[in-house]
Amino acid sequence: MVRDVPRKTPEQFLRECQAEEAAAAKGHLKIFLGYASGVGKSFRMLDEARRRRERGQDVIIGAVQPRLRPEEQALLEKLEVIPLQPVGEGSSIDVETLLCRHPAVCFIDGLAYNNPPGARNSTRWQDVEELLRAGIKVIASINIQYVGELRDEVEAITGKHVKDTVPVAFIKSADEIEIVDAATEEPIERSPEAAAGAAERAARLSRLRELTLLLAADVVDQQLNQYLEAHGIRQTFGAHERILVCITPRANASEMIATARVMSERFHGELLVAYVRQAEISEADKAALEEKLDLARAAGARIVMLEGDDPVQSILDFSSSGGITQIFIGHSQRNGMWSQMWGNPVDKLLRGAQGMDVRVFPQ
Amino acid sequence: MADSRRGRLKIYMGYAAGVGKTYQMLVDAHELKAKGFDVVVGYFEPHSRKDTIAKVEDLEVVPRKKIEYRGSVFEEMDADAILARHPQCCAVDEFPHTNVPGSARAKRWEDVQILLEAGIDVVTTMNIQHLESLNDQVWHITGVRVRETIPDWVVQQADEVVMIDLTPRALLHRLGRGVIYSREKAEQAIQNFFRESTLVALRELALRETAHEVVHRTATDGAPQQRGGARTAPASVHHRLLVLVTPDPTSAMVIRRAKRIGDFLEAECFAVAVQPSGDLAGLPQPEREAIAQHLNFARHLHIETRILEGSDVAPALVDFARRNQITQIFLARPKQNRWSLPPFSRDVVQKIVNIAKDMQVVVVAERQPYQG
Repeated sequence: MVRDVPRKTPEQFLRECQAEEAAAAKGHLKIFLGYASGVGKSFRMLDEARRRRERGQDVIIGAVQPRLRPEEQALLEKLEVIPLQPVGEGSSIDVETLLCRHPAVCFIDGLAYNNPPGARNSTRWQDVEELLRAGIKVIASINIQYVGELRDEVEAITGKHVKDTVPVAFIKSADEIEIVDAATEEPIERSPEAAAGAAERAARLSRLRELTLLLAADVVDQQLNQYLEAHGIRQTFGAHERILVCITPRANASEMIATARVMSERFHGELLVAYVRQAEISEADKAALEEKLDLARAAGARIVMLEGDDPVQSILDFSSSGGITQIFIGHSQRNGMWSQMWGNPVDKLLRGAQGMDVRVFPQ
Repeated sequence: MADSRRGRLKIYMGYAAGVGKTYQMLVDAHELKAKGFDVVVGYFEPHSRKDTIAKVEDLEVVPRKKIEYRGSVFEEMDADAILARHPQCCAVDEFPHTNVPGSARAKRWEDVQILLEAGIDVVTTMNIQHLESLNDQVWHITGVRVRETIPDWVVQQADEVVMIDLTPRALLHRLGRGVIYSREKAEQAIQNFFRESTLVALRELALRETAHEVVHRTATDGAPQQRGGARTAPASVHHRLLVLVTPDPTSAMVIRRAKRIGDFLEAECFAVAVQPSGDLAGLPQPEREAIAQHLNFARHLHIETRILEGSDVAPALVDFARRNQITQIFLARPKQNRWSLPPFSRDVVQKIVNIAKDMQVVVVAERQPYQG
């Protein structure tokens, strides 16, 4: 909560320096992300190209979609285009001409294309990497169905197999990402007969929309953390729920993990399970602990092993630096020893957990 | 009534002024008009933005109503005039706006309810920071306590929530070029909402909230979908949430947090205060008013409220919880200095945690604004 500006560790300095150097050398990448074709990415891209040109920037269009609407065509006519070059039976963006021409900003509408054999690079996103390395700013667009790692999920939704994909790491490496969102249905213009079929389609599109919004949120979250780190700010914004379940060998872990799992899924948050290593634990406890960690893994939790003489303090330290918003803890350690109040871990955690919810579970 | 169908509500959701919500709303209005629908603009706030004003010029605008208050004249949306005109669709800017005292209804979203009930479709705009259940998180992120809020159930009623996205960098450029505000106002804005880290955090909040609204609308059988369409395991228990209301201002925060979690878990939510007499009559005026205000606030969010009779808060609360199959109790985090009291006068929170061993007890953090 409280902003403090700690002295940077050498590792932090190194990371910052490397990040700055990389940023200085590499062109800026901005990606427009949509959940389907027809949401208006091309128009947004070309309209941005127009505005930049009007502000005096050196703008080039490196790739456009094969079919354009009249209003998009009108925008395109006022812009300088370097057309795709034929390669074998296909085509690819003309990297060589683009590098020679070296514009300030290059627009690539449609990032997910595999280049034909014989092209300079095997995929278009690798062509873009080359432009970026040359210091050209690239503004590109992509649909969620072409994000490589999401292919299985998207196929399950759409039933369509896509061949040309872009790795999610490339999307996440973008300096800026912007969502082009639109309503999944325009019910006002829909006839009642078409309603049934449209409902199923709308449900599919909604799921693609969700995937798109969450991918963007993840990228934004990662950028926020980088920004905070780069500015030496230790601060949790809590825009992303992060639940930390604290377990001990004897904790009633199943209810805690089950609740945490439902909560993190519903909030699209992150689930972590922490165990503070104890010096000496019995074989029985060891086995019990393993069982609980298995439960945690099955729930998709990230397991965190903490060290420290004071378990509560270890949990608090980890939580405040790790952006935890909710801590789950069991009653187990208490044993009704109210005379020893101040040694009670639950109370100690309640006292120390500032800016986080603490959820105490029954045993 | 000629049309018994309820109008459809579409919300354009943004995360700051200047991302393009009003513009997009007017683009919609034009498209509908071009398709032959009867469209009017019920209210729009030009903010002297050139592109936006140009967009409204060939649309029919229902004149605003002039209301005099304390010697000044204010202009509000004229819901009655829109009802009389009865278009098929009405564009209404700034959904969370509070009407000037003396208006027929206190809030613009209440005006919109009237239009929807009359079968008029409404397209409107709002920013994420105006959603009631996020009020404390927004305060925490921005240091600004947003006063004009919309209860979550109003947004949940919308048929569509569409995110208007723009990168913070592009937004700051717009701000710098004087597109959004005048120069002085822009400089002031940069101190508050328009710090880059603040914008990034608000944007993340808006993206996640919109994703939630999308799933919420898709999941017709109650169980929200997980990524990729697999359904999440339904909560094995049907949860019932209980909030303890006290005169302390943190009560509002606990109510909001519990309601938010309750909405995500599809759980019922109750809010209770505990008093020896079973009513608020015996309390000094400030405390009486504070509790009444918090209970009102809970009802406003569609939470059922009750005043319990009991001289000892902890057992009375836990007893009520057991009798009503409550699974989670929500409490405010005690003030720091109370923790240092000797064990025998220990706080009611510790007492509740100690006796409510058969349910989950959530001690809600006080989210303080970030001091940048």
